[in-house]
Amino acid sequence: MTAPFGRRACEVVDSRASGGYRVFSLLDGEGPEPLPGQFYMLATEHRWQERRERPFLPRALSVADIEPGENGTRLDFLIEGIGPGTDRLCALEPGERVWVNGPLGNSFSTPSELSSGAAGAILVGGGIGIAPLALLRRRFGDRGVPTRLLLGFRDRAHSGGLDDLFRCCEVGLASDDGHVGHHGYVTDLLAAMLEGDDASSAAVYACGPPPMLDAVAALCTGRGVACELAMEAPMACGYGACFGCAVPKPGGGYIRLCVDGPVVRGG
Amino acid sequence: MVEFCGIELRDPVINASGTFDAIAARRVYGEALLEDFPFSAFVSKTITPEPRIGNEPQRIWETPAGMINSIGLPNKGLEGFLAEDLPQLAQLPVPLIVSVMGTSREEFSRLVAAVGEREEVAAIELNVSCPNVHSGLIVGEQPSETAALLETLRPLTGKPLIVKLTPNVADPASVAVGAEEAGADAVSLINTMKASAIDPASGRPGIGAGQGGLSGPAVRPIAVAQVRAVAAAVRLPIVGMGGVCNGADAFEMLAAGATLVAVGTESFRDPRAGCRIAAELFERLSPPL
Repeated sequence: MTAPFGRRACEVVDSRASGGYRVFSLLDGEGPEPLPGQFYMLATEHRWQERRERPFLPRALSVADIEPGENGTRLDFLIEGIGPGTDRLCALEPGERVWVNGPLGNSFSTPSELSSGAAGAILVGGGIGIAPLALLRRRFGDRGVPTRLLLGFRDRAHSGGLDDLFRCCEVGLASDDGHVGHHGYVTDLLAAMLEGDDASSAAVYACGPPPMLDAVAALCTGRGVACELAMEAPMACGYGACFGCAVPKPGGGYIRLCVDGPVVRGG
Repeated sequence: MVEFCGIELRDPVINASGTFDAIAARRVYGEALLEDFPFSAFVSKTITPEPRIGNEPQRIWETPAGMINSIGLPNKGLEGFLAEDLPQLAQLPVPLIVSVMGTSREEFSRLVAAVGEREEVAAIELNVSCPNVHSGLIVGEQPSETAALLETLRPLTGKPLIVKLTPNVADPASVAVGAEEAGADAVSLINTMKASAIDPASGRPGIGAGQGGLSGPAVRPIAVAQVRAVAAAVRLPIVGMGGVCNGADAFEMLAAGATLVAVGTESFRDPRAGCRIAAELFERLSPPL
């Protein structure tokens, strides 16, 4: 299913704190249901450009959860305010409207699509990058794919979404400051898990800061485990027009992350 | 209908080169893109003789009411364009304008001759914001270089030649006059303005290349002034662009002397911006019943 051509105004139906992050929900009466890993370009209908003429461009956000309903699909986004765009989206109130373009980009593969022998999935998220893994976990749950979850955060202020998006399931946690779970990196947990694993039995799916993704890809390559990474890059348009979101591709040259990603093969 | 260099267009709103990839957009939005194509003519990304991968990231940087880009003209090169992209662009429901750039008159000649002989192509835009490898001068910054280039290219094609003017000169009108005298059919302006921004987190330029080109509403008053100056100096039709976001902005460009209006950065924020702006402009220009 392709995205509707153009942008449409969707109403904010909920906005709430979720740990150090926020979750807001839009009611989309027009678009198809997004696949895990897909994203939307979002800008508020009013009071965009309110901070010294910024934000100017829409912001790319992965969808974290969806709920189909009679009047459309509820789209949930997990967000951390780190600049003029995300701060404005964090301040959204129910009844406001948001310009929505999407769903855009590709989506995660199933374990068997990634590797013929893989039957289960290990999801590795870092910080705000846990967002697309929530919807992926739900889809894998619906399909009966055995799924293990590892999530890591910097500190209490830079964490959230657990009760909202992952309350269903057992999660292996790590934090840089030790406030919750393993005192260290989430990739420590992944390394331990892969040590004890038959490498061919699982595929790894990761989203988080670039150093975390590099570490995940290196671990998976070392163990011969297939992995997919959901990446991020500065993006003006989200649909292949601006060529801003260039990411190096193996063998030279670049891909446009918006149309050739955001999910790419790791390693 | 609007007539531009002998080409009939349904309305005066087209795209700025390099701001809309119709092939990628069709992948994203499907056939709805063709049913509701946002521009009355489509201008391709700039084609160079050989393939280019484009600049190293970071390529874009948001600024107040605009953005800086330094993309570096990634493209498949002339042969790749003719073989892979042109057949797809020919399926668009509007006339096709192909943008080309060379680093010498020989390169430009090769591009214009090859593109000009294709019946799918309605017109050619010359991107002259690049240094000439022989003189080191940026062609579009010099009236004499621009005129000399046009004198070389004019005999090579009967297709309309549009010269894309750079705003990074003291007197763009003199460059437009040089283009007109040497046989150009139209001029388009403005290209992006040289700009830089410092990343507050690192203290270094936010753009990987150090600087890039500014676009968006921030440059619109400059574009309007340059369109007015060029319109006063030449009789050629003008494609006016620079920060056009709505019908009122498009009206401003036409009132300043443009025949067509091109939409660039606004398409990043709204993929259907071209349709919306044309409708808003039509409403503005139509006498009340």
